[in-house]
Amino acid sequence: MKYKFRWATIAAIVIAALVMMLPLKEKIKLGLDLQGGMHVVLGVETEKAVDGKLDTIVTQLKKELKNANIKYSFAQKTKDGKIKLGFQEASLTDKARDLITKNYPYLVDSSLSNDPEILVFSLDQKEYDKIKDYAVEQAVQVIRNRIDQFGVSEPVIQRQGKNEILVQLPGITDPDRAIDLIGKTAQLRFHIVDENVSTQDAINGNLPFDDILLYSKEYDKVTGKLKQEIPYVLKREAVLTGEYLTDAEVRISSQFNEPYVLIKFDSAGSKLFDQITAENVNKRLAIVLDNNVYSAPVIRERISGGEAQISGNFTMDEAKDLAIVLRAGSLPAPVVVLENRTVGPSLGFDSITKGVKAAVIGFLAVMIFILFYYRVSGVIANIALLLNFILILGVMSAFGATLTLPGIAGIILTIGMSVDANVLIFERIREELRIGRTPLNAIEAGYEKAMSTILDANITTLIAALVLFQFGTGPIKGFAVTLSIGILSSMFTAIFVTRTIFMTFFGGKDTKNLSI
Amino acid sequence: MVELIKSNVNIDFLGKSKLFFVISGALVILSLFLIFTKGFNYGIDFAGGTVVQVKFESTPDLDKLRNSFKDLNLGEMVIQTFGEPNDILIRVEKTSAGLKETADAIQTKIKEVSGNQKIVIERVEQVGPQVGGQLKKKAIMAIIYSLIGILIYVSLRFEFIFSVGAVLALFHDVIITLGIFSLLGKEITLPIVAALLTIVGYSLNDTIVVFDRIREKIKNSAGKLTIYEVINKSINETLSRTILTSGTTLLAVLALYLFGGEVINGFSFALLIGIVVGTYSSIGVASALVYKIKK
Repeated sequence: MKYKFRWATIAAIVIAALVMMLPLKEKIKLGLDLQGGMHVVLGVETEKAVDGKLDTIVTQLKKELKNANIKYSFAQKTKDGKIKLGFQEASLTDKARDLITKNYPYLVDSSLSNDPEILVFSLDQKEYDKIKDYAVEQAVQVIRNRIDQFGVSEPVIQRQGKNEILVQLPGITDPDRAIDLIGKTAQLRFHIVDENVSTQDAINGNLPFDDILLYSKEYDKVTGKLKQEIPYVLKREAVLTGEYLTDAEVRISSQFNEPYVLIKFDSAGSKLFDQITAENVNKRLAIVLDNNVYSAPVIRERISGGEAQISGNFTMDEAKDLAIVLRAGSLPAPVVVLENRTVGPSLGFDSITKGVKAAVIGFLAVMIFILFYYRVSGVIANIALLLNFILILGVMSAFGATLTLPGIAGIILTIGMSVDANVLIFERIREELRIGRTPLNAIEAGYEKAMSTILDANITTLIAALVLFQFGTGPIKGFAVTLSIGILSSMFTAIFVTRTIFMTFFGGKDTKNLSI
Repeated sequence: MVELIKSNVNIDFLGKSKLFFVISGALVILSLFLIFTKGFNYGIDFAGGTVVQVKFESTPDLDKLRNSFKDLNLGEMVIQTFGEPNDILIRVEKTSAGLKETADAIQTKIKEVSGNQKIVIERVEQVGPQVGGQLKKKAIMAIIYSLIGILIYVSLRFEFIFSVGAVLALFHDVIITLGIFSLLGKEITLPIVAALLTIVGYSLNDTIVVFDRIREKIKNSAGKLTIYEVINKSINETLSRTILTSGTTLLAVLALYLFGGEVINGFSFALLIGIVVGTYSSIGVASALVYKIKK
């Protein structure tokens, strides 16, 4: 047989494509819009991370000044993100300045000269940027940990731009719960309740500087409405935070048959907890998560052993999720939902069914038309069309590309457009036949002359597709991918494959009639 | 041989260019007028906001639904059916409430009004206001970038004049398609931008085929034909190919429009218009523009 090499190439490519794509169900990855799932973009409030860092520095500074025996009258974080320290006399100010510049190289002295008893420090730009950057990185880590424990197959959690995080969870059935789980800051703190200040006074605005007012909020389990709010006045400084946590698990209380979360501290945390409970017997210890008071039990006796429990009228799922977020650690800064696209599994299934139906009908309509118009040559064009379809699916499977609903549209559009190359060639062949060439000559001239047109036409479409890929997200990217693959593979099938068929069957010099 | 267009067809397209220009000019001006006065019905991708699609067991009373949603105080709200009578789409413009709170409020309300009916939340889409602005900027940049890319490619492969004609024709196609969207109040979403870019690619495809023929004819005729004759002959000779390819593409996209479902409806609608307008501009406008500039 002639053209052995060409046929072997075609066979090899088609077999490779088939191997790649079969079994179809396993090999073609479906986009979130087709299989259902959620796509969430979270914005990290990095300013709050800087804020938190300033708080920590202030607490640390106070300790160090105390240790160095430098008496200060106040040390606080200002509203514009600086640290302000006041001293009785100027000589102490110098001592403090020396200590701070030595131990905190990233703090810039920005004190005003006309006020010698007051020191003001601010973070340098590098440290400021570092804290923000680290906050996003850490948030990605924490969310990844939470999702891992929640159990979602093939999740995508990645940083996007400066302070955004993209989370994609395929096939999720309870998106609300997932968002709650991802979005919880989960900053756990223990505060001593300040019994000396009445809550009524605090609500009226008479709150001492070192106290805070927080609420315990109870929601109705059925309607989700706020049932009641109990105010608490707490000491501002937390006696213990979630960073000492090593584990959290769900237990069922034997007394009320309700789930609660048991938390365990590391050795440092255990020591602290032991000390705090010893010092505060008969006082109330509030357990605060994300500024919401969960419970405030009275400390009956010193608690050693490093375990505490958080109870709060939980459902089983709530308790489980709380345990997950506590185990996975807290977000260094709160996150807000910037974008949320969730598609339920039934709509996804519906979309596939309709998309496939549209594809099949479009495919058949085009094939029938081409067959009617070009007869035997139409059969050849249709073979190319079928191969094109197989190649698109094969390449998509090989590269692990994701099929989306617009992606299906891309395939349908390529089907319509991919006959273009053949139409260009066939019309050329017709022209050549009209001016009296033999079929063999007409075929050769047709392919040759149509070539540059096909290239120019396809490259321009490819440019548009590449731009789409560059700027598009999710489903749009899926469209650009299938369109690009479709253009390339249609060039192969419409030029190389059909020419090989023509040459094999009409390549003899005795060909008299060409059905085109 | 089956022929849609007779092979000896010889229409004086350039002679009719005045008519085409009047039609195109009027359509473009009308579209621009609509775009600047009536504007677009931006979907939440660009405007920001929340869309919730719910499937009810049986057809709900839309007015009742609207009334019960009023006390949520979420601002402007559209409640309509989506494809089927028991598929309800609730759209809320951006509100001062956070995205999560808005979604929660809507879903709680739906559960409340549905009573004992089984409901399925089919889709929730939310875009925050700042994201919407970013997406809009990106979409406009994408269209500009692709036009620049095409301008460069066509300038390299043909004369510069051709690329000007091609890009002007593309603007023509995009503006008219957008004008129709404005006129019908159809939503502009991200997929619509994708469709517009595809139209750009597609319409150019058609135009390039004609240009290619013109270039070839200029080379082969060696001055025997005037530019006027070359362009006319080229359009005529490629006419059957242009109509055929547009026809098959239109068939495929029509299948998508009719059977692809509501979610992809706007997208396929944009493609349908774009293919028709793009085919027309490739035949009637692009080459005529080149001719006018060359002259």
